[in-house]
Amino acid sequence: MGKSLRREEAGAAVGNGSSGLVEGTMRGSFPSRNTVTDQTRIRNFSIIAHIDHGKSTLADRLMEKTGAVSERDMREQLLDSMDLERERGITIKAQTVRLDYTASDGEGYVINLIDTPGHVDFSYEVSRSLAACEGALLLTDAVQGVQAQTLANAYLAIDAGLEVIPAINKIDLPAANPDRAAAEIVNILGGSANDIVRMSAKTGAGIDEVLETVVRDVPPPQGDPDAPLRALVFDSYFDAYRGVVCYVRVVDGHLGSGDSLRFMATKEVHDADEIGFLTPKFIPVGTLGPGEVGYLITGVKEIDRIKVGDTITEARTPATEALSGYAEPKPMVFSGLFPTDGDDFEKLREALEKLRLNDASLAWEPETSKALGFGFRCGFLGLLHMEIVRERLEREYDLDLVATAPSVAYQVTMPDGSVTEIKSPQDLPESIDRQGVAEPYVKAMILTPSEYVGPIMELATKRRGIVGNMNYLSPERVELDFEIPLAEIVFDFFDLLKSKTKGYASLDYEPADYREADLVKVDILLNGQPVDAFSAIVHRNGADHYGKKMTGRLRGLIPRQLFDVPIQAAIGGRIISRETVRAKRKDVTAKCYGGDISRKKKLLQRQKEGKKRMKMVGSVEVPQEAFVAALKVDDDS
Amino acid sequence: MTPTEADAYSTSAAAYVHVPFCSSVCPYCDFAVVAGRDDLVDRYIDAVCTEIMTSESWRPLEAIYFGGGTPSHIDPLLLGGVLDALSLKHGISADAEVSLEANPEDFDATRATALRSLGFNRVSFGAQSFDAGVLVALGRRHQAGQIESSVRAARDAGFENVSLDLIYGTPGETTNSWSDTLSRAIDLDPDHISCYALTVEPGTPLGRAVRDGAEAPDPDIQADRYENADKVLNAAGHTRYEVSNWSRPEHECRYNLNVWAQGQYEAYGNGSHGYRDGVRFRNIRRVDAYVRAVESGKTQRSGNDVIESWDAEIDRLFVGLRRVVGVAPGPGVTAFLTSDSGRRLLDAGVVNMVGGRLTINRPLLTDEVHRCVIDLEAPECTPTQIQ
Ligand SMILES: Nc1nc2c(ncn2[C@@H]2O[C@H](COP(=O)(O)OP(=O)(O)OP(=O)(O)O)[C@@H](O)[C@H]2O)c(=O)[nH]1
Ligand code: SF4
Ligand SMILES: [Mg+2]
Repeated sequence: MGKSLRREEAGAAVGNGSSGLVEGTMRGSFPSRNTVTDQTRIRNFSIIAHIDHGKSTLADRLMEKTGAVSERDMREQLLDSMDLERERGITIKAQTVRLDYTASDGEGYVINLIDTPGHVDFSYEVSRSLAACEGALLLTDAVQGVQAQTLANAYLAIDAGLEVIPAINKIDLPAANPDRAAAEIVNILGGSANDIVRMSAKTGAGIDEVLETVVRDVPPPQGDPDAPLRALVFDSYFDAYRGVVCYVRVVDGHLGSGDSLRFMATKEVHDADEIGFLTPKFIPVGTLGPGEVGYLITGVKEIDRIKVGDTITEARTPATEALSGYAEPKPMVFSGLFPTDGDDFEKLREALEKLRLNDASLAWEPETSKALGFGFRCGFLGLLHMEIVRERLEREYDLDLVATAPSVAYQVTMPDGSVTEIKSPQDLPESIDRQGVAEPYVKAMILTPSEYVGPIMELATKRRGIVGNMNYLSPERVELDFEIPLAEIVFDFFDLLKSKTKGYASLDYEPADYREADLVKVDILLNGQPVDAFSAIVHRNGADHYGKKMTGRLRGLIPRQLFDVPIQAAIGGRIISRETVRAKRKDVTAKCYGGDISRKKKLLQRQKEGKKRMKMVGSVEVPQEAFVAALKVDDDS
Repeated sequence: MTPTEADAYSTSAAAYVHVPFCSSVCPYCDFAVVAGRDDLVDRYIDAVCTEIMTSESWRPLEAIYFGGGTPSHIDPLLLGGVLDALSLKHGISADAEVSLEANPEDFDATRATALRSLGFNRVSFGAQSFDAGVLVALGRRHQAGQIESSVRAARDAGFENVSLDLIYGTPGETTNSWSDTLSRAIDLDPDHISCYALTVEPGTPLGRAVRDGAEAPDPDIQADRYENADKVLNAAGHTRYEVSNWSRPEHECRYNLNVWAQGQYEAYGNGSHGYRDGVRFRNIRRVDAYVRAVESGKTQRSGNDVIESWDAEIDRLFVGLRRVVGVAPGPGVTAFLTSDSGRRLLDAGVVNMVGGRLTINRPLLTDEVHRCVIDLEAPECTPTQIQ
């Protein structure tokens, strides 16, 4: 009953406030306390899993089952609303939705679910989501069984003190082996294989059981309704009309529409212009009580003024202690982005600023390259993130970009003992001008069928990995833990791993520490001129191999020009390898008489369009792809 | 041929007549041709004559070119009828060059005599190669011996101007077989030789075969062959005057010199292109559609491009640079020399300034120069200088 009342208020709020924003004068016009849901009737949980194990599809079924979305509005992976998410079929940003469910005990429950991304680049989204929940539904694909992110996300949930509810998905598939998957899960979480829900997000089998298990096993929130307000901002995004929209989880007390709020970390005070919950439509309400999840709009337009992880309290009767927030996601890889047309520099800056409104993990600083001109050194969470950002910049902002080979951040100890961080190989001082260099290491975990342990060990060792534990999840599946330089795995390691294991192994990693290493900068010279954008930092033992691979690769990528183009790799002036792109000898149409002139001109014009994807580096035309593609050198290791 | 003589062709009047019929279609050919439609020949020639008679009359033609297809494939009398129509409509100068393309597979003394007496005075044979294997690879139906007999027949009939077309760089051709083809061609003492690199055109059977993995011609090998041809032909008294054309002195193809000097030319028949009074025009490409259009009194044109002043200047460079004499100074040349890519080409020695004229020094890189030319921009302050 309480809920239906709130729906009516929602209508009133929309009707009164123009553009859906509730003005300050509306304050007090809602009965505030008597409408919030009792905490015993609230269940908050995240769906977590390895990539593609069916989280978003399960969310679809749950929304359908509980009537959150009408059949007419339903479409696959409804919560994946960004174009890129739909095209790639993956979740990039976590999404929240509130469901009303009448359980078999006859009681009505409010269920807040958060669908999370499975890709390792976006695992910080999982951590944030977990902080707003009491439970986590851990999905495992019945065909693939436990994979690296299944394990990694399960540990995240356990460490966050959440109740983890396992479920096995895709039992409809002919190759499904739910018993094996169940046994693997029991090895991680304990419990009994018989208690694990088996379901299909595709056919809908077992969905009722999922809902019942969530109601039964996810602990209800236990906030203090009488304490001062404490609510966690667990996500935010920028909306062109409404400004910054925060997703909040009320922990203690009540968050009322119109309240004057203090953001404890930023120390800013803003009014709650509108609050409400997502069904997934925005439904404004008067109050959010303890344990509830919803959104908050304050009228703030600048995304940087709201910090995700911040605690909101009431300005007049503030709480004394903030909730434990979370660390900002740290960029792991860095790449230079340069407009092909130098005039687009400002346009690129504006586009980056706009993207950042919805992607706080994106960081950049201006970078100047002798070869590529003015651009930005951008930090990304990983290669997928980098690819997505670049694609969005080019597509949504109509930019034509050259991306340089990604690198990691190094810590350089200078002669005076001070330490500076460099994010670009070209910033590495010559070896006589530094005391040392340290590189980032990660803790990596590979889950693999046991027959591939040998090849994987070999691969990891070749990449300077130090193999640690080996755990058998089942007789056939092994977890391998090791420490390895980030630079060695971030680019092509995953592809190699997949190809060495017929696609069966999966990888997860998290930052560990920095360690000193004997690193050198390998420069690439085109036509005798060093091209800063091609420089890379590599381990001394691998430098020769790298130089050879790189020059060979570039020889294949750089088209023949009007003159011979020597390509050299060098360490501090010493040439370690050399290749030559021979001058083009023939580029001519054999016949050109009266008939062909218009057609011929069109053909040449088309060839020219192709050439626009080239960047002049000195007097050499280099295809834009070369700057990144050249780095994927290790096809034989 | 001096530059002045070459440029003088810009004021001549010429005409092209397309004859699309062939006995079969060669796998590399992407011209507007048909095979097995000889039933259409009479109607086609009627249509061409109608097109001529309904075109705007001009001044006496100084060069006429029957290309194809294979003009020699059809009854010479039909070609004579077309010449009559041209003569009636525009007149033909007493010393006009009247060329036709001929296929050695069906050329003999009777045909040669008939053609010569109808007024043709230049014949260009699609010889392609003297290597039997290469001829098969090219899908040609004639043998090397037929080239020799055809040239003899033409000479005997009184053709004082004979040309041979050769193709180099066919997969399977060797350095020796190409040298041999060149020397056997030279032995026939032609007045003119064209050497074309085998080109893989998309949409042809060869194009599809290469796309599906068949061996493609190697551009470096083709460059070798070209350089070899230039050396051998020069030694035999044939001087190159255009990218793919060599001749004895005074035996350049006048019809083509007209095109490259940006002269005007009428064009008749399916798929033909002409240039008159500042308009480039083209005809419907399909033979049957062309015939039907003319018969029903509808337009046979499939496109008109009005060439505005700056475009005409670009075109002057575009076509003129294919000639060894290059192009005379003008706003286009100035724009070229002041453009980034133009300067790069000059620095790399691909183009040259010779006696004030812009010339291409490395003919095998002509397209590289052309890509620069098509994008040149008119100098802003001097629009009136451009004719
Ligand atoms: N046969 C079958 N296919 C399923 C099932 N659940 C999901 N899928 C398919 O698996 C693929 C991935 O599903 P998603 O729901 O996008 O997976 P996800 O876990 O959200 O993926 P990320 O968000 O990228 O980590 C899609 O093609 C789904 O249609 C199932 O129960 N049975
Ligand atoms: S003979 Fe000439 S025009 Fe006819 S198909 Fe062969 S190449 Fe083409
Ligand atoms: Mg998803």
